[in-house]
Amino acid sequence: MSATSTSMKRLVSVARIVMLKDLRAEINSRVLVNQVAPFSVVIMILFAFALDNDGILQRVAPGLVWLATMFSMLVVVQRSFAVETADGALDSLRVAGVDTRALFLGKSLALGVQLCALDIILVATAFFLYNVQLEPSGLLVVFVTVVLACFGLGFIGTLYGGLAAGARGRETLLPLLLLPVVAPVLIGATRATEAGFMSGGAEVSEGWPWSGLLLVFAVIFGVVGSVAFGPLIDE
Amino acid sequence: MSATSTPTGTRATRALGFATLALTVWLIAFGLFVSAEDVVQGSTVRIMYVHVPSIWVAYVAFALTAVVSAVYLSGKNRSLAWDRVAGASAEIGVLFVAISLITGSLWGRLTWGTYWVWDARLTSTAFLFITYIGYLAVRGLGGTFRQRARRSAVLALLAVLEIPLVHFSVVIWRSLHQESTVANSGTDVELDGLMLFTLFLGIVTFTMLFVWMVLHRQRGLALQDAVDAHGLDVAIGQRRQEAEVR
Amino acid sequence: MEHASFIIGSYVVTFGSIALYVVWFLRRSRSTARFADEKDKPWT
Repeated sequence: MSATSTSMKRLVSVARIVMLKDLRAEINSRVLVNQVAPFSVVIMILFAFALDNDGILQRVAPGLVWLATMFSMLVVVQRSFAVETADGALDSLRVAGVDTRALFLGKSLALGVQLCALDIILVATAFFLYNVQLEPSGLLVVFVTVVLACFGLGFIGTLYGGLAAGARGRETLLPLLLLPVVAPVLIGATRATEAGFMSGGAEVSEGWPWSGLLLVFAVIFGVVGSVAFGPLIDE
Repeated sequence: MSATSTPTGTRATRALGFATLALTVWLIAFGLFVSAEDVVQGSTVRIMYVHVPSIWVAYVAFALTAVVSAVYLSGKNRSLAWDRVAGASAEIGVLFVAISLITGSLWGRLTWGTYWVWDARLTSTAFLFITYIGYLAVRGLGGTFRQRARRSAVLALLAVLEIPLVHFSVVIWRSLHQESTVANSGTDVELDGLMLFTLFLGIVTFTMLFVWMVLHRQRGLALQDAVDAHGLDVAIGQRRQEAEVR
Repeated sequence: MEHASFIIGSYVVTFGSIALYVVWFLRRSRSTARFADEKDKPWT
């Protein structure tokens, strides 16, 4: 077995361990289920009060789903790193020589999984509250969009979340740093979801190019993030 | 030190400064008075003579930040001067993006009737502004000079990657919505000889101004870093003295 | 000149903010320089 394939295997197994650790932490604390999900559903309800018009609500439903995702993402990312910095765990991991790329990948994937779960709830909420039309083909587009966008957001959130973690006052930095970077994902996901929901006369098939774009974004952020994460969290 | 000299000035920067000042006066004279009114836009085009050079300088500034950040990270020369140039340049870039957004908004009010339009160019520029505000915020996070330098350098290179992505996304987003053709008309203007010259004069003047500002600002940052480093040494010295006394 | 207020306003905003920023950082340099040695200024 060549050296590169063993180090690749090691990278993958460490990443898996980190991902499972984060997911297990979430399952134990149930923050996502008990706090973040209700928070995002409340946001969706507040949108309905703010817009107060069924036609408009149905038309902008895709945007609202992803808006609620973005807001909730801030909370989930903070949590993802609060777990580490509470006992200096992040530093211990690095001092112990854990490959920062594996750390990045593991945390990103865990974040992505959590965001996916959240988004499934949000899409269901939109279906029930905003009277969104969903055909099986549309549902497929929406599902693929959710997976690709959430893993893209997972990479982005972990990369910048690492920077904004730790010292008090840093958390306010996170939305500022994230906003420009998530814009492409937000735009792509909203457009794809529009197609999936057939809002404003969109065709379901129009969603697939946007999903393709989301795949490209996810790959770019995954690769770039794994390289940039180490230097960024170095304290 | 005389009243007009500054700690960050040299004979070269003084000369550059005077030349820039002279060109600025020339630019204002031509921009506001000598150059003719545009056939379509009337006097509104006069705003372009400060708006276009501003956004040009912003791009130059951010490009410089990216280049020196790459140099710093490449490891050939880990001098912190690169980091300070990156910081100074980004700070100046943010100023000029803000100026271009404001002047562009005023121009838009006269041309399109609104202060803001969600077209591709304006939206991307707004994101550009936010990106580098974030960069400056990260520079202020504290830590050692090396930590600051490394974090900022990585962030600057990430920004270089993000900005085309954002621009691309915004462009295809807007291309689906044919409504904002309002913004497409009127931004590309036919300029006659004198107007073109004034615009060119503006770009040259602002570029010289940028060079002057970066030189001074990065020296100012060098002074700041040196004084901070001294302060740290003094503090360490004091701790040591206290420990010995006990 | 029509719309003079907007046009003059643009020039004032542009050169005014540049001037304010320049004055700010030059004054800052002057106050930090008080604590610095000659060796901290390799450009002189």
